[in-house]
Amino acid sequence: MAASLNPTASTHSVADRWFRGLTVAAAAFLVLLLLAILLQLGRAALGALQVFGPVLLTGRTWDPAGATFGILPFVYGTVLTSLLALLIAAPVALGVAVYLAELAPEGAKAPVTVAVELLAAVPSIVYGLWGVFVLVPWLRDTVQPQLQTWLGFLPVFSGASIGFGVLAASLVLAVMILPTLAAISRDVLLAIPRAQREAALALGATRFEMIRDAVLPQALPGIVGAMMLGLGRALGETMAVTMVIGNRADISLSWFAPAQTMASLLANEYAEATEELHLGALAFVGLSLFAVTLLLNLGARGLVRRVAGSAARSPGGAR
Amino acid sequence: MSLFRHRRLVDRLGRGLCGLATLLALVPLVSVLVWLVSHGARGLSFALFTELPKPFGEVGGGVGQALLGTGIMVGVALLLSMPLGILAGIALAEGGKSRFVQIVRFVADVLAGAPSIAVGVFVYTAVVMPMHGFSAFAGALALAVLMLPTITRSTEELLRLVPIHLREAGLALGLPAWRVTLSVTLKSALPGVATGIMLAVARAAGETAPLLFTAFGSQYWAWNLSEPMAALPLQIFTLASSPFEAWHQQAWAAALVLVTLVLLANLGARFVTRRARGGMAL
Amino acid sequence: MMELEPAIAGPVRPIGSRSTPAPLPFPPERPRSSAKMSTDDLRAWFGTQEVLKGVTLALAERQVTAIIGPSGCGKSTFLRCLNRMHETVPGARAQGRVWLGEQDIYTVDPVVTRRRVGMVFQKPTPFPFLSIRDNVLAGLTLNRERPKHAHAVVEQALQQVGLWDEVKDRLDRPGTSLSGGQQQRLCIARALAVAPEVLLMDEPCSALDPIATARIEELIHELAGRYTMVIVTHNMQQAARVAHVTAFFYMGQLVESGATEQLFTNPKDPRTEDYLTGRFG
Ligand SMILES: Nc1ncnc2c1ncn2[C@@H]1O[C@H](COP(=O)(O)OP(=O)(O)OP(=O)(O)O)[C@@H](O)[C@H]1O
Ligand SMILES: [Mg+2]
Repeated sequence: MAASLNPTASTHSVADRWFRGLTVAAAAFLVLLLLAILLQLGRAALGALQVFGPVLLTGRTWDPAGATFGILPFVYGTVLTSLLALLIAAPVALGVAVYLAELAPEGAKAPVTVAVELLAAVPSIVYGLWGVFVLVPWLRDTVQPQLQTWLGFLPVFSGASIGFGVLAASLVLAVMILPTLAAISRDVLLAIPRAQREAALALGATRFEMIRDAVLPQALPGIVGAMMLGLGRALGETMAVTMVIGNRADISLSWFAPAQTMASLLANEYAEATEELHLGALAFVGLSLFAVTLLLNLGARGLVRRVAGSAARSPGGAR
Repeated sequence: MSLFRHRRLVDRLGRGLCGLATLLALVPLVSVLVWLVSHGARGLSFALFTELPKPFGEVGGGVGQALLGTGIMVGVALLLSMPLGILAGIALAEGGKSRFVQIVRFVADVLAGAPSIAVGVFVYTAVVMPMHGFSAFAGALALAVLMLPTITRSTEELLRLVPIHLREAGLALGLPAWRVTLSVTLKSALPGVATGIMLAVARAAGETAPLLFTAFGSQYWAWNLSEPMAALPLQIFTLASSPFEAWHQQAWAAALVLVTLVLLANLGARFVTRRARGGMAL
Repeated sequence: MMELEPAIAGPVRPIGSRSTPAPLPFPPERPRSSAKMSTDDLRAWFGTQEVLKGVTLALAERQVTAIIGPSGCGKSTFLRCLNRMHETVPGARAQGRVWLGEQDIYTVDPVVTRRRVGMVFQKPTPFPFLSIRDNVLAGLTLNRERPKHAHAVVEQALQQVGLWDEVKDRLDRPGTSLSGGQQQRLCIARALAVAPEVLLMDEPCSALDPIATARIEELIHELAGRYTMVIVTHNMQQAARVAHVTAFFYMGQLVESGATEQLFTNPKDPRTEDYLTGRFG
């Protein structure tokens, strides 16, 4: 039996082989690009890593003038704002997804879908602008004082209310990742076979019971995957966060306090950095961010695919 | 009986909450749009599109150089990423289920999900540092890296939607495979592929982070790709970060322009896809 | 002609390799003068599943050959090996020889063969983005060949399939605006416009109503004197009406072939008789 799969290839014209080669080369270029990014960031970060070692990750002091670099405050700020954003956005997004997949009347489906897509299409900088001039004043003058009055005994709601800070950043992030969460969750819900729903309804379940007991448990891995993708987006989001988080390298318990994320650190300092160690430490931040989103993507796509069967499609949107 | 009423109540409540969540999700969109229109419209003027920013204290001025810069850099990014993205999309769509295809598809997804600021850092270390300076070319390159995976994946998915029998009909007529790919498969998918490219362009036009330390921004007219260049989102950032009321006003106006462009591209893309789908159904 | 089982399992040469032919179990049958195409121990696979198990068949020039057999027996696969469409399916492969005139088609660029051997599919496949006129010309224009008398080519091809009078006033409408039967005739015209020598048709009428079917059968009759044609059909009456020669396939093998009348009235193989009398599912 012939060894090669397609022993006839050799009779194809030169043009065909060239074209095929060209397309394959273009596809291979993407792989090379990913490798180049990882290598380049790694190389740029190497110097700082050699000098500081693990302290780069665990150090709490970031002082470019004193040549001391520890990125823990930024890791803290990034993780805190992203998780808070997820906490705020996930229930709302799940509600939207269930509404779109199961409940919406035909006439409402298209407009709501378009609106959610537009929410994703608004550029990050515009959310930043809105955050600075609409959200921050509202938080400062209305929301945070109220929270302090009623829940002030909680350390997270303590401190001066200046508006710029963790809470503002988390809310903006929540708005920005909501379309991603909602769109993927809806796709996952729609992928659950009809038969399952009908079986539940035939047993006398109400619509809500059917969703809760038959649809959601099956969709769960996919929804977790959607959340991981949303988290990945929140971790790397830059402009809107930079504009509302207050940019201070502190680790504070209070959600009213200014903080800084890894992405906003890069946005603030990279263009001005000149010292080799400083640049290296910043490149390390970029590399970490890239690596974490890569891992989240890897896990998330596996989960979503397990439910939805086909490749996970991430809707376009602001980063 | 009371158990049934309880269940019905829970059913109503659950459905109500989902509806409420949907309304809640739309609040930010409405708020953003209302503010853009109410604050941005006041700042709209002819000068906004045609003039350079004025130093603080002088009245008027515009963001003309930023509009031009965004146009140039997005255009160059498109020239770089579109041919590559379409070719790569063809390779993925025609490569069956091979391991190579799976790897490339995964890489494209990872790149599409990559934080844009990290792409900025990459271009900085790979282009800006060796060339000793910020440049529009570096900015365009960063945008191209962001657009490439999106164009690749959307092209692939749309090519896969073209019925196989059209491809076979082309081959059976004695057309070489590459011509069939371009003149039959890609041609059939063209409206959708164009839509995907349009969405990628819209997204790139709104990107700020990857331009911060590549194109850097500028207050002057710039045509030269080897010099720093302004971009609309960068300009909005500069205006919004200033302490001046008049500049804030201009930031809203510029944001209104940006969002109008981006949303028009999105709505246009939806319209084109819908028409293409309508036309494809036999 | 009875099925020829290779008696010796000799080394088999993969189709298309240009190296010196390895010795075959028996000398490759030279195309007889009356045969336009012929296959020689043709085998085909999808992945590891062998769906054609050594078919040797000659197709008489300017005659209609019908291929019949139960579903899944390999009729379409056989047809698609005759113009090298089979190998376009990922994982599919073929082995053996296919002669077109004096040429082994697996030794030349498939494009060359496909221009000489046209094909019409079960489902009408006009290009939706082309007008009726451009559909007819597609085989030429999509290849950047502008025929000198394009209009004459269009008219002649459409005349041949009896579509000219029906569509001559709306040549610029999309090809998909026609009825199913008209679309199928348009596809035949499109295949004829590149001037093939052989025309392969895979159940060309199965998506059509009886009137459109009758129209196509008539057309096959008319074209028979000019082209060598092969038609796959599930409709025995159709085979009897249009074909000079009929071949019966069963489970990837050619059971028997012969003059249509003889095969239908006096089959040599009991399996053929069982099939014709409806004794298989
Ligand atoms: N694309 C494919 N991939 C894998 N196997 C296939 C493919 N197409 C056909 N087969 C298999 O090859 C065998 C022969 O198929 P073929 O289409 O040639 O049959 P057929 O005689 O034309 O049947 P029908 O009368 O139903 O059209 C069948 O067993 C079928 O399952
Ligand atoms: Mg068949």
